[in-house]
Amino acid sequence: MSKRKAVYASKIKRAVHMLFYRRHKKPGVKGWELRKALGADYHKVLSILDEYLKPLDLQVKTVFEEGEKPSSEKPTLEELDKARFYITLRGELTPKEAKMIGWRIDDLAGLAITIAYIISKKGKAPRKEIEELLREKLPGWKASLNIDRYIRYGYIAQDENEQLYLDWRTRAEVDQKALIDFILSK
Amino acid sequence: MQSKKERVKIGRERLQRIIEMCKAVEERSLDPFLVDVDEIIKVVREFFPDWEHPEDLCLDAEAINRLASVIKLQSEWVKHRSTTLYTDPFLLEEKIKSLDREALVEAFLGAWHPIVELEQISLHSLRGALAYWESLPPLKDRWKDFPPPEETRGIASREELLRLKILRDKAFTEELENFWNELKRLVAEKGENGKIRYWDFVGAETYEETIHRAFLTSFLVTYGYAALEVYPLEEEIFIKPFEKQQRRIGKKQLVSLPIAITREEWKKWRKRAEAK
Repeated sequence: MSKRKAVYASKIKRAVHMLFYRRHKKPGVKGWELRKALGADYHKVLSILDEYLKPLDLQVKTVFEEGEKPSSEKPTLEELDKARFYITLRGELTPKEAKMIGWRIDDLAGLAITIAYIISKKGKAPRKEIEELLREKLPGWKASLNIDRYIRYGYIAQDENEQLYLDWRTRAEVDQKALIDFILSK
Repeated sequence: MQSKKERVKIGRERLQRIIEMCKAVEERSLDPFLVDVDEIIKVVREFFPDWEHPEDLCLDAEAINRLASVIKLQSEWVKHRSTTLYTDPFLLEEKIKSLDREALVEAFLGAWHPIVELEQISLHSLRGALAYWESLPPLKDRWKDFPPPEETRGIASREELLRLKILRDKAFTEELENFWNELKRLVAEKGENGKIRYWDFVGAETYEETIHRAFLTSFLVTYGYAALEVYPLEEEIFIKPFEKQQRRIGKKQLVSLPIAITREEWKKWRKRAEAK
């Protein structure tokens, strides 16, 4: 193995440790942390790792700050430093698999409704409206409990005016455009 | 013709209304195009020459500031509508309502790529933990640093112990048995078929006393001194005392029955009881 290859192999290992194991309260690693640990070429390390993960149906996901898209096609170093990197599933789960990782079908449907509704309302919707919408399909007490649960998991956030927003986990895990398209095409 | 004072008063009211309207649009996510910007600017301009006091000028500045926020919202609204993410909320709401949960889950799973995360302990943290454990002095060494607290001796009165809830003014079992006897007596006097309406038994002069009686009643039922009979269609609950305490036999599943003792319910019961 050439010296260069060996260096990259070791950097990939380090990146795997950082990305798979939770280091902070929230999962994922900030770009600047990766730069500090892997060097300035950390983005290249991540793209090689992404290739390795492809056959395993996993991917390295980059989420830019506050869900903003980079100013141009190629993000700047500053934008990458502020971005957060995660390992996510590349493909899709089946309903059976979703159940196996601890999600009831009702709760997942509620999450889909909540996220889709907030997206359609330009990223912000009153909690009351969402609760009413959930009550169409869930018992009343469960609607409110489920919203609290989605907040706890980081899918949505709530401000002091009881407005709900999409939070970091939705930005990392959900392809918002695809979700709306799928719902409308059903 | 309006006096200057009247005009200033009207101007203040109108600015206040503008501020409230802009605030409502911002906070309740209403359509920002409900606000007629030109009309508001006209009003602000009309009254501006009348402002002399700093507080009026502040009000004027706040109205402009709120209006600027609404204009920003309008710009974001237009931007959002021009993106591929824009969907008519009404259309989406209708769609969501018409889909069953399986279809919704199917749509969500198509767009969901959950994060992979592990929370196991790593070799690095194990090494750190081991080092910490080795450097940690034994408890007997650590605790001897703290001098034992000085003991002050004294005599606590029975009243003090009651206040601190260390002693009860009556032993609980004794209180419960007295309560059971009261239930039996009331059933004999006012009951029918060996039972009495739940509220007629727990209801008391004050709300606090009612709560206390309901609390004791729950123990009567749990400990086998009495049983509850629930008639959901008639919305009636009766309590029936046993002659002897019943022991739980076999593995029959116990059922918890929550009964709300709200102040409103108590007031209703009081009214009914007084009418009788």
